[in-house]
Amino acid sequence: MVIKGMKREEFEDNASLDLLNTSGTNILLTTIDDVINWGRKNSLWPLTFATRCCGIEMMAAGAARHDFARFGMEVYRASQRQADVIVVAGTIVHKMAPVLKRLYDEMSEPKYVVAMGACAISGGPFFLNSYSVVKGVEHVIPVDVYVPGCPPRPEALLYGMLQLQRLIETQTIKSRKERNASHDYK
Amino acid sequence: MDKIQLGEFIKSIASDLEIKEGKQYLEVTVPLPMLHTLAKQLREKEEAQFDFLFCLSGVDYGSDLGVVYHLRSTLYDHVVVLKTRTSDREHPQLDSVTDIWQTAEFHEREVFDLLGIRFKNHPDLRRLFLDNSWGFPLRKDYVDDINIVYK
Repeated sequence: MVIKGMKREEFEDNASLDLLNTSGTNILLTTIDDVINWGRKNSLWPLTFATRCCGIEMMAAGAARHDFARFGMEVYRASQRQADVIVVAGTIVHKMAPVLKRLYDEMSEPKYVVAMGACAISGGPFFLNSYSVVKGVEHVIPVDVYVPGCPPRPEALLYGMLQLQRLIETQTIKSRKERNASHDYK
Repeated sequence: MDKIQLGEFIKSIASDLEIKEGKQYLEVTVPLPMLHTLAKQLREKEEAQFDFLFCLSGVDYGSDLGVVYHLRSTLYDHVVVLKTRTSDREHPQLDSVTDIWQTAEFHEREVFDLLGIRFKNHPDLRRLFLDNSWGFPLRKDYVDDINIVYK
């Protein structure tokens, strides 16, 4: 399931969380899911991956003023094998696409993708008349959360990452497999 | 030398060149066969000493393809722009200036990569950014219906 937007009120009073929870959770698995999801969502380690100016905002989000680490996005990992979430921060060109795909493939499960900024969502300013830019990173890897902006402010990225945490809260071990099967990008 | 002296100096090397004072620099339009000899003289003549090629760009004029050279002398701090063009779009070929300014090596590879202009006597004319399956994407008549969304 992909969250593309959420109203402020819904975000605050947890109503949408209940809505997301009605996606058919097995009762036997609920408790263990809760424990696992609690662990997963509170230690989301992003990959050090930035292809363009969105990367600067991502760095700002990680730095002292906005301090990503408050929410458990504790530390940027330099290796895709240790990372949980890849924030696609910037333009992906056709030459970069196989590299991105490989990075994603080499990440260990559970893995999540945040498309940050206009370029990663749709190609953004390079959508028209561009020979080199991939029109949206979802053509290459499955995206969980979209963060709009050009570039998005660190607050926006933080919001997006919190959305991702809420998304993780609603997942079960079972649906994870189904999700992966539905995103077979070979 | 200022622009007027520079213009006279270039006329003294080759009298039939079209010299125009542009917004910023002196612009000289050079016919294709003369380019290399003129560039070499601008580099080597004692009073010119254009020892720095600070910009080399390929241009698609629509009907013609061309290359623009921006030269500066680090000794005298004067600048001249050389413009050349060819109407042959199938096999555009220019003389390489890598033997005069080595920095042209990568510049010319870039121009070849994106516009498909070949440079004679270039030591290593391979594509720079793109692989061989691409056409020449900065040409005006480049068409790619799969990857480009046209306006």
